[in-house]
Amino acid sequence: MRSDPGFYDYWPYHERPRVTWPNGAKIAFWVAPNIEFYELNPPANPHRKAWPQPSPAVPGYSIRDYGNRVGHMRQMALLDKYGIRGSISLSTALCEHHPEIVELCDERNWEFFSHGIYNTRYTYGMSTEQERDMIRDSMETIYRHTGQKCAGYLAPALSHSEETLDLFAEVGTELFGNEGGFYTCDLFHDDQPTPINLRSGKRFVSVPYSLEMNDTIAYVVNKVEPRRYGQILKENFDRLYEEGAESGTVMCIPTHNYQVSCPHRMRAFEEALEYITGHSDVWITTGREIAEYYLAHFYDSARADIQAKSSSAKQEMARP
Amino acid sequence: MSDQKTLGPEHLQYPERRYGMDHNHYDWKMLTEREPVHWRQGKLALWVNVSLQFFPLNQRGVPFPPPGGMTMPYPDLRHYSLRDYGNRVGIYRILKALDKYSVTPSFAINGELAQRTPHLMHLLRERGDEVIAHGWNMDAPHYGGQPLDTEKELVSRTLDTLREISGQPIAGWLSPGKVHSENTPSLLAGQGVEYFCDWVNDDMPYRFRTGNGDLWSMPLSTELEDQFILRNNLHSETSYAEQVEDACRFLLGEAQTQGGRILALNIHPWMLGQPHRIRYLERVLEFITAQPEVFSASAGTLLKQCQQHIAEPA
Repeated sequence: MRSDPGFYDYWPYHERPRVTWPNGAKIAFWVAPNIEFYELNPPANPHRKAWPQPSPAVPGYSIRDYGNRVGHMRQMALLDKYGIRGSISLSTALCEHHPEIVELCDERNWEFFSHGIYNTRYTYGMSTEQERDMIRDSMETIYRHTGQKCAGYLAPALSHSEETLDLFAEVGTELFGNEGGFYTCDLFHDDQPTPINLRSGKRFVSVPYSLEMNDTIAYVVNKVEPRRYGQILKENFDRLYEEGAESGTVMCIPTHNYQVSCPHRMRAFEEALEYITGHSDVWITTGREIAEYYLAHFYDSARADIQAKSSSAKQEMARP
Repeated sequence: MSDQKTLGPEHLQYPERRYGMDHNHYDWKMLTEREPVHWRQGKLALWVNVSLQFFPLNQRGVPFPPPGGMTMPYPDLRHYSLRDYGNRVGIYRILKALDKYSVTPSFAINGELAQRTPHLMHLLRERGDEVIAHGWNMDAPHYGGQPLDTEKELVSRTLDTLREISGQPIAGWLSPGKVHSENTPSLLAGQGVEYFCDWVNDDMPYRFRTGNGDLWSMPLSTELEDQFILRNNLHSETSYAEQVEDACRFLLGEAQTQGGRILALNIHPWMLGQPHRIRYLERVLEFITAQPEVFSASAGTLLKQCQQHIAEPA
């Protein structure tokens, strides 16, 4: 085990090379619906329990099924209304279980990225080969069902190994060269995209995905009231929009159809989307497009700046 | 990494990875793809279910404690008596509020509570509202791995007791804590139950296969329960009212363009029956019943209308 994962160097938020988004937008805004499949009876992972009760765990399983049976169509209608294409964090077995959902999103030119096979299969305890196979299976499944070359990863149930990002990038290269496997949503260290250090040296970025704006974290972990969640979204946007005038920022709303699409929570979510998309300098986009734009325009200057600042920091520390 | 036990090959095998669900209880079909239901009385049905519960002082909590159960070392008098408050005091406030707004509720009752409260049961018999079986008591869970004979006896005892005391045939079931075993649905179907309210995966009724005849699943939201919002999430009473009102507005809007909908409120006299909370129940009932095209009905009544619409398994 390591005390620091080593994916990035310390890089102060101020005085970075300026980021500007297409058409002078101050902020890149994306919505990432997690479209997940939880198994009723998954094999027991010794490191993390899938359900609190012995199978059948009706409460947890059935509310997640609500997301697919009822919630999905609601959120999709709302995103259509505000001109937002979703970037789907996909339990890729859903391509087999619920292909109708995948087709509806595909028709809308939404992005699909990998969120593993099932959200009840954890990375904990997997060998390198097992994790590589699982990741490859997930990316191939997306390609087979949508023709998309999967660009991004969010580990299933946010369960990681030390090698997760390396393996994802490597499998992406193996399958799709530089067109696949080039961004991660697993890190929460910044409000702008940042270059990520991998053993392969691949050009790879972290795209801000936000745990704080995640509806499940807000509703289940932090237990916030629905209207307060709406308020949090607006305030998060306000500050990032303001700061984006100096250098472009990223805001993401990660959602789950079994949380945000419940009847008593739709209003707060809709008000926030209406507010955000009602501003002029917002680039409404997807995770992949943010990563591609950053790689094409800012990645090299960011690398150079990080290196310059890291070496001057080292000189500083070496001074007696 | 090296100190983690490596997983066996079954962790990368997916025997249920196929079209539809990973079990056979119901078919996969989104709400919007199903035949719409048109209620005779309006667009949105308000179904209020009052859960009348007995939490034993000597709670075993095996294999899990009930939501709202004892949390302190024995004897946990604070929680025992606070829950009992609901059946002595809170329920009478709730009945008054329901009657004021002409709301027709159902009552989900633990079998043991019915035995313990003849006065209350007499009153409910006179009212004639629908009774739903709510298991034996809150510490008698139905759970995966429970011996079949034990559970069979529990189901029979609960249904026999409630059928006798209520004088009703009892068509509905709500498991304590909304958790059940792999055998519960088939046991219920075998004992004349027509519908159960444990699965929160829909906003409308659907058919649920048990291997022993079909049940109907009636949608009784947990996320919108008083005890979930107020006790589990620690939201304010004002927020409870806003959430219910927002849900009402949303479902009514959806019902304008899609089929009929149900706003299902599961409430607990030990929670909303408190003096400082009752007015929030009154507030939401006033709001909901003032909406055009909202009507109040119990689960059994709604189900009968659905059954006429939905002949085939959903």
